[in-house]
Amino acid sequence: MRRLKILEYAISSLWRRRYKNLSIIVVFSFTIAVLASILLLTHSLRVEATHILQDAPDVVVQRLVAGRHDLIPTDLVESFKEIPGVGEVRPRFWGYYYDAISGANYTLIGLDEGAPPDLELLEGSLPASAGACAVGSGVSRSRQVAIGDELILVDSRNIGVAFDVVGVFRSESDILTNDLVVFRSLDLVEFFGLPEDRATDISVQVFNENEVATVAAKIKRKHPETRPITKSEIVRTYDAVFNWRSGMMLTVFFSALIAFCILAWDKATGISADEKMEVGILKAIGWGTSDILELKFWEGFVISVTSFLVGQILAFVHVFVFGASFLAPVIKGWSVLFPDFRFVPYLDLYHIFVMGFLTVIPYVASTIIPSWKTAITDPEEVMRT
Amino acid sequence: MMMKKHRVFIIMTAAEICVLLVLILQSQVLLKERVAREIPQKQELVKELELTDLAIWTEARYTRHPSQADFFSPFQDCPSSLEHFPAGSVVAAPDRRESSGGTGP
Repeated sequence: MRRLKILEYAISSLWRRRYKNLSIIVVFSFTIAVLASILLLTHSLRVEATHILQDAPDVVVQRLVAGRHDLIPTDLVESFKEIPGVGEVRPRFWGYYYDAISGANYTLIGLDEGAPPDLELLEGSLPASAGACAVGSGVSRSRQVAIGDELILVDSRNIGVAFDVVGVFRSESDILTNDLVVFRSLDLVEFFGLPEDRATDISVQVFNENEVATVAAKIKRKHPETRPITKSEIVRTYDAVFNWRSGMMLTVFFSALIAFCILAWDKATGISADEKMEVGILKAIGWGTSDILELKFWEGFVISVTSFLVGQILAFVHVFVFGASFLAPVIKGWSVLFPDFRFVPYLDLYHIFVMGFLTVIPYVASTIIPSWKTAITDPEEVMRT
Repeated sequence: MMMKKHRVFIIMTAAEICVLLVLILQSQVLLKERVAREIPQKQELVKELELTDLAIWTEARYTRHPSQADFFSPFQDCPSSLEHFPAGSVVAAPDRRESSGGTGP
């Protein structure tokens, strides 16, 4: 009961300076919302990348020439097949295409010969014959092509080539296919003018996943000019890319964190003359030091908990309902084709608790400490100064 | 009679906690549904098309395929040149400490 009365007094005290305190709640909530949005967004992307890249090739072998990625001879396929534990080995044909009409870059991929698989995330079908292609929804939008239309691209000899669009990837797969154009391999080789015995890189299947690193090391030993990239390295890359400690995310994260520190520092470095007077009067009418500290605890608690909860709700709605529309321009960069994010709501409760711990406790502490200094001073002296 | 301020605060805080819990619980239901439906479909795409990267940043080859990029791609056009693309600031350098077969820079 006594505690509730002190809480009642604390809220009344906050209400007397309502404009100042409301503005603190708005700034504090915004700061927490930015921090939490970054954590939710990067965690969601990282977990999704980890899940969906589980079926990436076990090893992708590139050839390096003078430190640059170069086309790889296809006769290495047979050499890789001789390594024990290696299953299917396939040359991959793919490359990039700058589309002057839309100003966008597309990724062109060649499919193996043989019947193309049916994919759930594809409307129509993959190209089964020469002169056909399937496109990502970003390409479809930027070139305004649909199934049955023609997609005209300029090949390596500067000649426009028309491909029949036979499939469009559904927007649910945008995170993987937004800029893709899929052809038959032979079409792609001809389009790019690749030499006959060369591929972009080679994918290697390894039967036992525990042997992937060994097989990669054997490939490297056998062909020192190659660079094998294992599936675990691919997954780890995305772990690093979407780590909140990375690049721009770190910049935004720390800007928000510094804003919070300034807010807390401002509180911690002193209380106003009015607040000192209030403490002095309360002590003069019989409040003990512990009562004053409890009062200040509740003041800090009301502001920080309200801001924390509002900030978390805003971050949640921002990331999972609005697809992080405010942060998207930050991560979009100069990409002309950028997927509409539909974040899968992977949550890490640890992040929520850490955020709570790092925001509520420092704020409450920064409210109590200067009040404690005032509360232990003689009330008469406080009121005189 | 006006409601006491502490009651208003407790009711508001409880309401905020409820909203947050509802959002979390709803997201977990949605998560199960989407993971069951979308992840296998995306995995199928990755497997059949042998994809290695996410199509997020299409502005440069090393941002489109960070896992396949050369170790010093941003600087290939001119040694010690500044990073051209904003996405390069978002993409952190991959951790190569446990690299199995890759060539170090």
